[in-house]
Amino acid sequence: MFQLVLFNVTNGLIIGAFYVLMALGLSLILNLSNVINFAHGNFLALGGYMAFVLTPYIGFWGALLVSPLLTALFGFVIERLMIRRVYGRDPVYSLLLTFGLAFIMQDACRYIWGPNGLPMNVPDLLAQPLTADLFFITWYRIFMVAIVIVAVAGLFAFLRYTRVGIRIRAGTLDLDTVNALGVNVGMLRSLNFAVGSLLAGLAGVLAAGQIGLNPNMGDDLLMPSFIAIIVGGVGSLTGTLLGGLLIGVAAALTTVVWPAASEAVIYVIMLVVLVVRPRGLLGEEGMLT
Amino acid sequence: MSVTTADAVRPLPGRRWLTAAIVWALLLSVPAWLPMLGGYTALAARVLVLGLAAMSFNLLLGFTGVMSFGHAAYFGLGAYGAGLTLKYLAASTPLAMLMGVLLGGVAGTLFGLLIVRRRGVYFAMVTVAFGQIAFYIAYSWNDLTGGYDGLRGFTRAPLDLGFATIDIANNDIAFYYFLLAVFAVATGLQGLLLASPFGRTLLAIRENERRARFLGIPIERHIWMSFSISCAFTALAGALYALLNNFADPMGLHYTLSGEIVIMAVMGGMRAFWGPLVGATLFVVAQDYISSITVNWMSFVGLIFVLVVLFFPRGLLGMLQGRGGR
Repeated sequence: MFQLVLFNVTNGLIIGAFYVLMALGLSLILNLSNVINFAHGNFLALGGYMAFVLTPYIGFWGALLVSPLLTALFGFVIERLMIRRVYGRDPVYSLLLTFGLAFIMQDACRYIWGPNGLPMNVPDLLAQPLTADLFFITWYRIFMVAIVIVAVAGLFAFLRYTRVGIRIRAGTLDLDTVNALGVNVGMLRSLNFAVGSLLAGLAGVLAAGQIGLNPNMGDDLLMPSFIAIIVGGVGSLTGTLLGGLLIGVAAALTTVVWPAASEAVIYVIMLVVLVVRPRGLLGEEGMLT
Repeated sequence: MSVTTADAVRPLPGRRWLTAAIVWALLLSVPAWLPMLGGYTALAARVLVLGLAAMSFNLLLGFTGVMSFGHAAYFGLGAYGAGLTLKYLAASTPLAMLMGVLLGGVAGTLFGLLIVRRRGVYFAMVTVAFGQIAFYIAYSWNDLTGGYDGLRGFTRAPLDLGFATIDIANNDIAFYYFLLAVFAVATGLQGLLLASPFGRTLLAIRENERRARFLGIPIERHIWMSFSISCAFTALAGALYALLNNFADPMGLHYTLSGEIVIMAVMGGMRAFWGPLVGATLFVVAQDYISSITVNWMSFVGLIFVLVVLFFPRGLLGMLQGRGGR
């Protein structure tokens, strides 16, 4: 029994870590540019596939570093070419644009790498289980959670201590003023989009090592990420972090008692939050409404 | 008149009658000309059903100015409501439609209460997440809904009028005209609704919510009612879809379909009454054609989304009627 609980809690933490990476990226883009990136799950898949391509040449560790950067570059280009054209227009256009982009990217992955799942090998060192008793906890899982913690800490440090990060936070609150102060808002939004894509790419590499690759590997993560943002409160990155962890762990604990309801509990949490505290746990009234 | 800006995009009354006359003439004569173009009646039936869904959705997007991205949920609930009724309750087509509308309409009304204060992308995000609840339930409640495989084992029942029976179950053409009759009643009601003081108030909210609020209009209540009505009509379209296919599947609840409903409305022209129907025609025909010639149809459909947003944001009818308007 203890093992079963531990097994599910570990799973929950790992899934929660993916939710957090996805949701933080989505949330960054949503807060600054008022765009919901429906293609975010496909950015994740792209990061995974690029790692798959790069691993034979530069190894897993190199791919872990380079692939998210390439995903960020891709995001930067997409923002420059397409997304920026819909800023300031009715939100329906940004939704449709990223929605169409998601279709194209998913189909492109299927066209290039085939519709079937591909395995991705992680270094032997990481593939070992922790101990014989705890066979389900591989070093890879520990490593994954550690990387996510480092990435999240890095993101928050970036937003707090770097010039671009501070500008992003200021722009989230009042973009017009930031613009009036002489900041290149267009470039700021592109960089912000790239950071969001970077997080998705990183999640993609980590996910590829855990569950392998397939063209729609990011799809199942998209909706929980939306819910993490809604639960945490739009406009608050800390809220998104909290929301992601909350629904990940809640889903895992539910698996222990009632496996079939593990996904349902995510939706129940969202409905409860919408009824009791419509702005979300840490959301501010009036943000983006 | 606070709604004059809305009037500016409306065509002249004479042109409106002409448009309606053309639309109805084309729809009524479908079985005569469609086979000559290589189409089949079931395709026209699909256009009608999805066109109704897109027009119902557009009550919100085009005429209230509120962006829902979860309308597939109500479409699918309508489909499951109709399918479950036919399978377990009674072999009655009207009852199935009624139950479908009730299921989708009530779900939309209740959920609408939770979200009427949200706006913009946040409204869209909450509606999309809620829509996935319906998808999830249909997907996992295997015993009732058939789960992933969808709900099978029901067929639409012939229409018993008391004095005569219309065999819509086996005769495709009769079924097409049955759909068209329902479509006519539904869009007629929508037209009346939009012409009523309530409909004009919705336009006022779309044009300038703050000013409408200052005029003392209860904004939230109006948006809530508009949302509920839109969901009920969308559920009707879903019920018809179940009747058309004798099948209801979870993909009919998935947010992919929500996106398709939105693109239909935008592609045809969301500010025009018939725009979504035109958009549904273009989209359904294009999807049918593309998926018959290539396995990579998803890329082309995605490309349609991107091109419409970047180059034709006002839609076909918007471009035709809006010259010099805005």
